[in-house]
Amino acid sequence: MTNTYYSWLTGAGLALAASPIAAQEAAGIDERVNEVFANVTGPFVSLIFAPFPGTSFPWIVMWLVIAATIFTFYFGFVQFRFFKHAVQLVKGDYSDPNDAGEVSHFQALATALSGTVGLGNIAGVAVAVGIGGPGATFWMILAGLLGMASKFTECTLGVKYRNEYKDGTVSGGPMYYISKGFDELGLPGGKILAVLFSVFCILGALGGGNMFQANQAHAQISGIVGDYPGWITGILFAGVVFAVIVGGIKSIANVTEKVVPFMGILYVGAALIILIVNFDMIGWAFGQIFAGAFTGLGVAGGMVGALIQGFKRAAFSNEAGVGSAAIAHSAVKTKEPITEGFVSLLEPLIDTVVICTMTALVIVISQQLIIDEATGNYMLNEAGSAIATVDGNTGVSLTSAAFASSISWFPFVLAIAVVLFAFSTMISWSYYGLKAWTYLFGEGKTTELVFKIIFCVFVVIGAAASLGPVIDFSDAAIFAMAVVNIFCLYFLMKVVRKELASYSSRLESGEIRKFNH
Amino acid sequence: MTVKIVIGLDGTDTGERALAFAKGLASKMEACELLVVYVIEWSPFTFQTVEENEQRHKRREEEIALAKSRVLDPAISELQEAGFFASGLVQHGDVAETLNRLAVENGATQIIVARASSDGFTKRIFGSSTQNLVMHADVPVTVVG
Repeated sequence: MTNTYYSWLTGAGLALAASPIAAQEAAGIDERVNEVFANVTGPFVSLIFAPFPGTSFPWIVMWLVIAATIFTFYFGFVQFRFFKHAVQLVKGDYSDPNDAGEVSHFQALATALSGTVGLGNIAGVAVAVGIGGPGATFWMILAGLLGMASKFTECTLGVKYRNEYKDGTVSGGPMYYISKGFDELGLPGGKILAVLFSVFCILGALGGGNMFQANQAHAQISGIVGDYPGWITGILFAGVVFAVIVGGIKSIANVTEKVVPFMGILYVGAALIILIVNFDMIGWAFGQIFAGAFTGLGVAGGMVGALIQGFKRAAFSNEAGVGSAAIAHSAVKTKEPITEGFVSLLEPLIDTVVICTMTALVIVISQQLIIDEATGNYMLNEAGSAIATVDGNTGVSLTSAAFASSISWFPFVLAIAVVLFAFSTMISWSYYGLKAWTYLFGEGKTTELVFKIIFCVFVVIGAAASLGPVIDFSDAAIFAMAVVNIFCLYFLMKVVRKELASYSSRLESGEIRKFNH
Repeated sequence: MTVKIVIGLDGTDTGERALAFAKGLASKMEACELLVVYVIEWSPFTFQTVEENEQRHKRREEEIALAKSRVLDPAISELQEAGFFASGLVQHGDVAETLNRLAVENGATQIIVARASSDGFTKRIFGSSTQNLVMHADVPVTVVG
């Protein structure tokens, strides 16, 4: 499938390159798409990323971090206290063999991870390190560790308040726990907030879950086959996505779902090899990360710049507090909703603390970021907005160049991985978006089809637009979900605390026990 | 004392031979209870799409119903008509592990299965369920050829 896709793509790219007029016209379409898109989304982006008065610190970043910190304290550092238990749950130690055949904790975790592990870990980290310097990694790790508590809260609620239908299927997510949870607690406004979340979830699905993916997949492919207009990649991608979500060709999604975890392992494996080969530089790289975290090492915005980038990209990568994982985890048929919360707290750890850190280390060690030898600080690019890189690479091409400096053929593997990751994330987000859409407009073939077609159109727009506006809108849309979700989590967290207290006491008393497998 | 025997069926013709052998064995005993088991091969460590997860509970119920109507119920009625005391169980899981666990949990003294019906590459690498059962079972296993 990928081979056919590639040869077609190469052919299309070459054909356009051979015809300068056609190429010019095609580039014109990209420019127009870009301009209209940036104008339309500008006000929304500005609102979400508005800084605190008198500072350059966006309020939304603080919103996420404060929430994660509050959840961490409120649940008594649940991410550390129940870490071992979470691993045991994933291993199946507490799974009743008589329930075998239902979605296991491992499967729920793997499914949720395939929606989050992807471009955020490859391209997002490169953006963070490229703008905020190596120090951004430190803040990213911290945000990942704190984010584990946010994820725990939302996924527990996702399972607790999901809808179970007569035919045995289930639907869950923030829109359900917000409306049901608020009703249960006698709080007003649950319905309105659920509707608001759903609207942002649809935008998030179209932005971060779709356009950003299409955009970076195009950047990766054009980096290999030569530059060609983005809308071509967009139409191809949209065609395949259409075949899966509208045509119901499940085999494509199933194959992707099975291949993606191996691409993830391959990616981490390659990063590990590079780190092992350069083990003498790991200490230096961590030194850069720590020094950069508190001084900025000359990056735009200094320490605050590093912090903002780290927090932003961590949230974008692991989606803690955003509410998307709650939709994915709700499918698990467990008697104890909180067990799904424990399992989900492993996600930010794997996604951000492990995989993102590896990408960052490879970028730092490969010395793609140019250091001013006189000062030891990083040099800024001409615009002064990011660190100057060896070939002017940004985003996914920076990661690609970093890996290529040790393993020359790796960009080809990375390109395939990026395309597959992008595709798998799109499929996951099309589901999240659809759930929000059906929450708003009701379930039915026609309403679902309308969303699916809109989703495919945005694939083309995403691939054609340039990285800047796409990344801004994607971030803004995903963070807008977090605004509503976290606001509601503050009211609902006492429900989770009650569940936690009950579960902990039963675990201690031996009422909840391991099964011998 | 009632002797309990587990018969593992896999939905193929070879299962019939296991059933026939169990009947012959049980008829020679004074009091024998037969537990017919069908295990649906399933691993909790596979990768699934969100939609597959959403549908999983429904599919599981369908799989169990299908296994009961196609494999278990005909076998149980055949045994009951022949005058034996027989019951059945369907479970998901690793075939060898589940058969052994159910035998132990139900106090069975032996397991009867037919020779493996699978063949080829997978079998060479991982062995068949029958091989695994014979190697790891806690009660005696009879493999009917």
